[in-house]
Amino acid sequence: MEAIRVNHITKTYNEGKVKAVDDVSFSVGKGELFGLIGPDGAGKTSIFRMLTTLLLPDKGTATVDGFDVVKDFRQIRNSVGYMPGKFSLYQDLTIEENLNFFATVFDTTVEQNYHLIKDIYVQIEPFKKRRAGKLSGGMKQKLALCCALIHKPTTLFLDEPTTGVDPVSRKEFWEMLRRLKEQGITIMVSTPYMDEASLCDRIALIQGGKILSVDTPDNIVNTYPDRLYAIKANEMYLLLKTLESYPDTSNSYAFGEYAHATFKNNDVSELDNYLSSKGLSGIEIKDIEATIEDSFIRLLH
Amino acid sequence: MAEIEKVIVCEKLTKRFGDFIATNEISFEVKKGEIFGFLGANGAGKTTAMRMLCGLSAPSSGSAAIAGYDIYKEPEQIKRNVGYMSQKFSLYEDLTVMENIRFFGGIYGLTNQQIDSKTKELITTLGLENETKKLVGSLPLGWKQKLSFSVAVLHEPKIVFLDEPTGGVDPVTRRQFWNLIYAAADRGITVFVTTHYMDEAEYCNRISIMVDGKIEVLDTPGNLKKQFNAESMDEVFYQLARSAKRGD
Repeated sequence: MEAIRVNHITKTYNEGKVKAVDDVSFSVGKGELFGLIGPDGAGKTSIFRMLTTLLLPDKGTATVDGFDVVKDFRQIRNSVGYMPGKFSLYQDLTIEENLNFFATVFDTTVEQNYHLIKDIYVQIEPFKKRRAGKLSGGMKQKLALCCALIHKPTTLFLDEPTTGVDPVSRKEFWEMLRRLKEQGITIMVSTPYMDEASLCDRIALIQGGKILSVDTPDNIVNTYPDRLYAIKANEMYLLLKTLESYPDTSNSYAFGEYAHATFKNNDVSELDNYLSSKGLSGIEIKDIEATIEDSFIRLLH
Repeated sequence: MAEIEKVIVCEKLTKRFGDFIATNEISFEVKKGEIFGFLGANGAGKTTAMRMLCGLSAPSSGSAAIAGYDIYKEPEQIKRNVGYMSQKFSLYEDLTVMENIRFFGGIYGLTNQQIDSKTKELITTLGLENETKKLVGSLPLGWKQKLSFSVAVLHEPKIVFLDEPTGGVDPVTRRQFWNLIYAAADRGITVFVTTHYMDEAEYCNRISIMVDGKIEVLDTPGNLKKQFNAESMDEVFYQLARSAKRGD
């Protein structure tokens, strides 16, 4: 059975003037780690809020665990865990108190489902008497995840859990998600970081309220239609400007220490000469495989 | 041979909060027109250091000169010569694009004539001709951030400090943003930037990585990758930050 099904869902704000989610459909299988990948303002949070029954869709339907998000909101609220993008725990309760509170609200105890949070909780346990408002960003994030898990949800909704988090902590967070997935929990997670997309089973690329593509990260990358080149030279800014002015360039942009570019007719035989003629040196041109970020840029272009 | 002007010189700069040493004896120099990446894990001490360099917070010890002004004696001069933008404080959401530009121009002490010509230039560069009368709050995040950066360099400061300017911005807009950074550096404005995107670390001329309040390494991205025998900056960062004792 599918854990989540979304059918032609639309959400507008300001009396229809702002279309946050525009006729979106997708489904998530049980036990899947599904990523909603897109920039700020793409509509990710609105989708999360509709699926967690906190917001009513204007049009379309959606189910979570087979329950309708409008009619069966009570069942859904009992069975899902939700970690909003904004920290929403009680700032003046301690770590311990917050966790007990959420367990009690869901009519369970911390002991009963401790195995689910153990890995994460041991990292913040030394500070269990500290108020949530006094915790650092990373610790707040771990506590919020514990609170979202303590009633043993079937599906976990995580809205941008890693935004503003440094690369090391981000990696650790994704390792935690992997372990939760092994316990059979369905996870839907959103992120603006393209490198995290490859860690999901499947992803939806979303922009301006519309889904651009839904597939496995491998398929998205493998169906990149153009030949993609990585180009390096001694001066990045000049290289970018020169690539832009090259008549055969279809698209070019910076990508770490290289520039990535696609060309009309996939012809780069003259490129080296052109770049040198514009004063660049140390030129390296190689064709490469696209990443998720390349695919996303191509879809936005 | 004329030496390139140093716009940031700091030596053993330290900030203590009680027993806690947020920034621990950091020393480095940044040259005019350089793009300097200031990296570190959450809680490594970046924001504290940046606040001192902007003249917003007095150091506990150590010394620093920003744009030639002393960090203890001339914080007001420093504020006049730097620009600052962060992800959180961008612009006044309930003022229009035009009103924001005029407002900040006035704050930075530009004359009406200067404001007029700067406004025109900025609107054209960003392609905002049809948005001048729109409230900033109604613009997409990417546009806000580009506008916010342009406003932060409106008075042609010697240095602009950027605190995670591209967090949550889409990949295309992120690159447009970096084009603005390159253009500013090309005009001789020094760019001091923090980011959690390691591909952006590659766009910097030099970067430093802070661990537990100290600057652990400082070099070009190329040299750091060689030094750590790493394929990418992500790997360099991972190797260094993993050793951190202090949580954020």
